[in-house]
Amino acid sequence: MSGARYVSLVWGQVRHNNRVFWRTPAAAFFTLALPVIFLILFSVIFGDVEVGGGYSFSQFFAPAMAVFAAVSSSFSNLAIGVSYARDQGILKRVRGTPLPAWVYMAGRICSGVWFAVLSVSIMFILGWAFFGFHMVWANLGTALVVFVVGIATFSALGLAVCAVLKNADSSPAVANGVFLPMAFVSGIFIQLDDAPRWLQILGDIFPLKHFAGPFGEAFDPLRQSPILGWEHLGVMILWLVFGMVIITRYFTWDPRGA
Amino acid sequence: MGRHDGEAPSSTITSPGAIVSPVVSVENLTKTYGSVTALAGVSFTVDEGEVLAILGPNGAGKTTAVEILEGYRQADSGTISVLGHDPSSGGREFRDRIGIVLQETGIEFVLTVREAIDTYARSYSRRLPTDELINLVGLDGKADARIKTLSGGQKRRLDLALGLAGDPELLFLDEPTTGFDPSARRKSWAMIEGLTDLGKTIMLTTHYLDEAQHLADRIIVLSGGSIVAEGTADTLGVGRASSTISFTVEGADRPPRLEGGPIMTGRTITYRSTSVTSDLLALTSWATERGVELGGLEVARPSLEDVYLDIVGEAGTGSRAS
Repeated sequence: MSGARYVSLVWGQVRHNNRVFWRTPAAAFFTLALPVIFLILFSVIFGDVEVGGGYSFSQFFAPAMAVFAAVSSSFSNLAIGVSYARDQGILKRVRGTPLPAWVYMAGRICSGVWFAVLSVSIMFILGWAFFGFHMVWANLGTALVVFVVGIATFSALGLAVCAVLKNADSSPAVANGVFLPMAFVSGIFIQLDDAPRWLQILGDIFPLKHFAGPFGEAFDPLRQSPILGWEHLGVMILWLVFGMVIITRYFTWDPRGA
Repeated sequence: MGRHDGEAPSSTITSPGAIVSPVVSVENLTKTYGSVTALAGVSFTVDEGEVLAILGPNGAGKTTAVEILEGYRQADSGTISVLGHDPSSGGREFRDRIGIVLQETGIEFVLTVREAIDTYARSYSRRLPTDELINLVGLDGKADARIKTLSGGQKRRLDLALGLAGDPELLFLDEPTTGFDPSARRKSWAMIEGLTDLGKTIMLTTHYLDEAQHLADRIIVLSGGSIVAEGTADTLGVGRASSTISFTVEGADRPPRLEGGPIMTGRTITYRSTSVTSDLLALTSWATERGVELGGLEVARPSLEDVYLDIVGEAGTGSRAS
């Protein structure tokens, strides 16, 4: 089979996922609307807070919310979406067709990237239009590299969560139960400069801080020289590998029963 | 829809004199789950264009057998060839040539019938046109309806359409009408009969005797993981199993002696009957002569359980299907 045929199959899966996504209001809300609501609320509450150099709060908060949305599109979306698809026997149905397993997964992950790109764009446009966010173009390359590695890592971890869960009913609780506390200890909502040392170390262990940190810095207008923190990418890639190991070891296509 | 002669499986276009191999060939298939034996050495073949029914009670190993042939499960031992492939390693080339209608499979309910068919049919190298499929399974008016608005029977018909989407040479139907009302079953049967006219080879599992009888060229009776009988409905002795006639009578007269009774249970009188028409005539004449009423007269066709007992008894094992 030709490469073009595979590309067309993946594209078909992306379109299919997209269609299902928009017709499932809960998924669309949690993935796209919730980060927007957070952006608006925090920006209104802290709107008057002057951040060094006369820049707005939103200059730092919009990229953080963009990362929040990107992780929601990849990690939560896959952990919950694929778990339910497995429970309902949709994965089993797919396995009975000639569609290669990797095409299905690639379709899922590419859809996650598409939702992430969409929500990041929404975040920046809203931030720019209403909350004084200014696009910093100089480090866009750095931001893109971080974004790609981050999405890959959190997609793998989302599927890894799905791989170890017994049934889908627990998937929203587990996905959000992991993601939301991780967002706090990773400084997504609140700067952690004054937080206890152990909390900062906890944040250093998990991959989210290493996604949000360098991504946010790429949009920091006060930063003079572009710095790509290799140690951040390194931590994310370790988690990516860990996720892949769990997936290869435990992922199944059959419903597991309650 | 015409026959797909140009795309017939390779076994039919071999040179004259060549051995035509069966579509499915299974030898000594075994599978255990922990200490439970699901299949204890099962062997059979399915020829091209044949409809084979695997008949058996719940837990007989039907679904296990079929899911091994579909490539979903791995057998513990045995030789399996389906369309010349080992299903567990056949991959996409194998799945391109089969169609699977599972007992229970989910689907994205937010899709329409047409969208679902288009989505799931994309990966097959040859396809039946979507409109033709929708027409074939009788969902014409529902093509653009969301799946969540379909009835249970309509969803099952969509399953069938999806199983046929890749124009398969071999179709697996796992309990195609379980849970249907009688009229929906009749409709499904007519649809499946239509498929055999297209020359499809079909393997179906069922626990309805009449379904196997109606649809299949050959029946395999699976019980406790083993084949306890194999043949056509007639050779299996299904016709010989006895029906039951039962009723109650007011009054002291003893009902007539017939070959299969009377068996008195409280006020209820029961006869086992292999010739229902003549037995009924004898009983109703007897009642009319005396001017008594046969209260709650009932004729029960042999249940699958009875047939199993007969078959299993004939097989000489004497054990009940579990």
